[in-house]
Amino acid sequence: MLGFGSSDDVTLTMDKSHPESLLDSTVQDVIGKPLSRVDGPKKVSGAATYAAEYQFDNLAHGVLVSATIGKGRVLSIDVDAAKAMPGVIDVVIDFKTFARVAQQGGETSAPAQGVQDVDYFGQVIAIVVGESFEAARDAAERIGVTYEKQEGVFGFSTDLEKAKKLPDNNTPAQFEQGDLDAAMGKAAFTIDETYSTPSQNSAAMEPHASIATWEDGALTLYGAYQMPTSDAQQLAKALGLSAKKVRIIAHYIGGGFGSKLGIAPESVAAAIAAKQLGRPVKAVMMREQVFASTPRRSNTVQRMRLAADKDGKLTGIGHETIVSNLEDQDYFEPAGLSTHFLYAGENRVITHDLVRMNWGLAGSMRAPGEAVGLLGLEGAMDELADQMGMDPIELRRVNEPEQDPEKGVPFSSRRLMDAMDIGAKKFGWSERKAAGARREGEWMIGMGVAAAARANLLMETSAKVAIHKDGSVTVSSAMTDIGTGSYTILTQVASELLGIPMDRITMALGDTNDVPAAGSGGSWGACSSGSAIYLACENLRGKIAKALGVDDKSLTLKDGQAIGDNRSVSIAELVGEGIEATGTIKPGKTQKSLFNQASYGAHFAEVAVNAVTGETRVRRMLGVFAAGRILNEMTARSQCLGGMTFGIGAALTEDLIHDTRTGQLVNGNLAEYHVPVNADVPQLEVMFLEERDIQTNPLHSKGIGEVGICGAGAAIANAVYNATGIRTRDFPITLDKLLPDLPAM
Amino acid sequence: MKTFTYDKASSPEAAVKSLSTPMAKFIAGGTNLLDLMKLQVETPDRLVDVSRLALMDIEDINEGGDDGGLRIGALVPNSDLAADKRVMARYEVLSRALLAGASGQLRNKATTGGNLLQRTRCYYFTNTASPCNKREPGTGCSAIGGFNRILAVIGTSENCIATHPGDMPVAMRALDATIVTLKPDGGTRKISIHEFYRLPGETPHIETVLEHGELITHVELPPSPEGARQQYRKVRDRASYAFALVSVAGVLTMKDGKIATAALAFGGLAPLPWRDTSVETALVGQAPSTALFAAAADALLARAKGYGANDFKIPLARRTLIATLRDLTGE
Repeated sequence: MLGFGSSDDVTLTMDKSHPESLLDSTVQDVIGKPLSRVDGPKKVSGAATYAAEYQFDNLAHGVLVSATIGKGRVLSIDVDAAKAMPGVIDVVIDFKTFARVAQQGGETSAPAQGVQDVDYFGQVIAIVVGESFEAARDAAERIGVTYEKQEGVFGFSTDLEKAKKLPDNNTPAQFEQGDLDAAMGKAAFTIDETYSTPSQNSAAMEPHASIATWEDGALTLYGAYQMPTSDAQQLAKALGLSAKKVRIIAHYIGGGFGSKLGIAPESVAAAIAAKQLGRPVKAVMMREQVFASTPRRSNTVQRMRLAADKDGKLTGIGHETIVSNLEDQDYFEPAGLSTHFLYAGENRVITHDLVRMNWGLAGSMRAPGEAVGLLGLEGAMDELADQMGMDPIELRRVNEPEQDPEKGVPFSSRRLMDAMDIGAKKFGWSERKAAGARREGEWMIGMGVAAAARANLLMETSAKVAIHKDGSVTVSSAMTDIGTGSYTILTQVASELLGIPMDRITMALGDTNDVPAAGSGGSWGACSSGSAIYLACENLRGKIAKALGVDDKSLTLKDGQAIGDNRSVSIAELVGEGIEATGTIKPGKTQKSLFNQASYGAHFAEVAVNAVTGETRVRRMLGVFAAGRILNEMTARSQCLGGMTFGIGAALTEDLIHDTRTGQLVNGNLAEYHVPVNADVPQLEVMFLEERDIQTNPLHSKGIGEVGICGAGAAIANAVYNATGIRTRDFPITLDKLLPDLPAM
Repeated sequence: MKTFTYDKASSPEAAVKSLSTPMAKFIAGGTNLLDLMKLQVETPDRLVDVSRLALMDIEDINEGGDDGGLRIGALVPNSDLAADKRVMARYEVLSRALLAGASGQLRNKATTGGNLLQRTRCYYFTNTASPCNKREPGTGCSAIGGFNRILAVIGTSENCIATHPGDMPVAMRALDATIVTLKPDGGTRKISIHEFYRLPGETPHIETVLEHGELITHVELPPSPEGARQQYRKVRDRASYAFALVSVAGVLTMKDGKIATAALAFGGLAPLPWRDTSVETALVGQAPSTALFAAAADALLARAKGYGANDFKIPLARRTLIATLRDLTGE
């Protein structure tokens, strides 16, 4: 019998392939199944507590005050009228410490601080705290701020003189191989076109929200954050605390999409106010503040060049992107991320330049890079196919690389062409007509296709798994579920590996008091946290086998029973007072140097464009994806549906507009920033291809959270071209851009 | 949002008497007013809730039920009005316009009277950090020279280019509706919808001819023209829950292969639901043809003026009108 003191730490660094996964031999039969969310009943009944919903007896309500100039300096803040109002506790101003912008995801440093100098319209400069939200909100409107306005850069221009050399982020900022100009000169077919995409906002349903509480000099922050482990470090740095003095609790998060990767200004403001006032303070951003002061996806201008020989084989690819960000921020939207490996071609130029300007912070939004980069690349591929009179799928087949065309390493797994071929058959791609040839009454009908690709990432993450003496299980980690289904799939992983029914497993996520995790972002959450749980469970299986007196390989765990050597004993009996293990997964050489790892897929779209008005309506879409082992067919499908819906928004509706005179957001609200509504999202179908990737992690899975958006918008844009014969390279494709070229009335 | 006091009115008569202070306002469905209050665009110090008054009936004006027109209580929700069998049968354009507006949830709350008074969606009107003559007279118009994609191309002034955002009122203009009100002095008046709205001119903050404290109690629709074809076409940026870039409400009758009567009203183009008799004059008595429809569009857009981002509305209106006329005439 084992004692509770039996706690092991197991670590695996993915330096070599992991050929066998226990998930292929376990028999609990829950992994991969389309199971409903385990947290679903709590969410629909209101029992799931989100950051802004925690109750404290003496909770004070904060309302953030935002700057109403685009560039300049706060000279004074007149708080007298506000403070004199009934129900107002204080106006808290701390020019030095308040966060000027949100921090990027995964950073362990503080966000840029200091708010007396205003860098963008909507920058948070103060917080009004009241006994009620209503009192604080009323008072916030009565704060008088005097500014010294300065000249800002509010209009985006592709003039690169002001751009400076960038550090690489998740993609090299500048890459060059061979001689693209020479390849363009010699090519049988060339494309040289410029695509542009606008700024976008994640527009998660839950606004950014924090409740800060202090006790004995330590801060507990209930926050809506995707990566609590690094977020707590960011917050500690911002407040000058040691990291262990900050705890973040984020059990439920109402969507993130990248906008909650790093801490946002409301958390620092709430923390400072709570400390000054000696009571808990809540700060929830207004929707307009979410748009203005949480990260936007940068606008991009992408020069796409393709050089192809007479058979369509690419000899050169150029993808030169210009993006924007604030003066002191080096994050760039890595639009060329998948261009590095999607297609063959020896001469390559993939660059990113950054224009400095006074719009809000640019940062990660779902599939940073590919989401907009593939609008350019996959649009250009469609243009090349069209120019050659070649089927777009055949063009991709001709350019399917045998290995990473830049690094010369193999792909860990890649079923791009399978996704194309299987999807084409299912979608009825062969029915596609020449551009502008299909008409139904007023509607012009077209089909489009695009490749989906999203780099696969594993991140260092831990999870602790404890089997209690009654045979129930608790898994704990600072991992999060941002609406993706983490609670469910991680429960499935633990259940499958331990042979313990899912309803006996408590998944404790979203608390930095538990072991650290990389959280949710970059599609790494399931692979990273699932692997950490895998390692812990593998260790516990060894202990159970030992207790049963069999070797690991002859152990079968099912429905709470350990079976081996013709005996079946309850796991509860074997674990005695309980056993636990902490698993830690780390990315290694299989990701960094030995292989190129990515999830792939193919998007098909059919659209109808109104010949009178230019209104485009998506009629149907199909996404076929290969992303390694699918851990839950239902939540994975939902991820892809959500991604494809983002694709509709990127292609047709979403455009975060700044006034070029002031830098102010023009449409920072959900009425005028158009995310697709139900009526815009028609029949979407998702199909997964069977795949195991032994280079990625012990689950043999790959990321699924973002591949659904990658290429989705391009398939729609290509379908618009097929419907109309009009190529619009300026996104979103709103009707005014089609209007001049529509058929005469 | 500014703090305010709140009262429920017990009767229309009590309601109009109770709006005695200049910053007091009626509230019914609140679908527009509350949003604007949260944004500090509307800052009433007092709300008088009229939503429970007995103004929720839709009645035939002729008691016998033959088509003598319809009298609609000001508090009839948009969704009820759209689904009323008489409206669907006799005023199809109105039903269609209502269903093209907002979302199901909003239509359940929004009232007939309130919807007539919906305020503009001009980006700058709803943002208190921007100058706006409609919100704060004399401060200037940010939309002129700014981003004005959804704003007006007809009927504008140098002080304001805001559009009226509604759908229902556009159909009501095509149907020659009359607005019935109760005034603070207890008198009632009937205002033709054609005289109800005001152009911005020098006073864009004054949008209708209503006096302070005057309450809309009913909307009356005259009998629908016999045999009329009715159409509401709304062009928008997404399939639902978006305001009209251009909309056309058309009620048209044909006789002997020629257009006998035509009533055409337009949304998304102007500071008010737009109707221009010269468009109809161009059509009546003529045989339908693309050339004729183009002439009608010429009449509509003769004085249209784009402000940059909204230039496209002019060709869009032209095309939409021509297509709507084709539908209405079967051409």
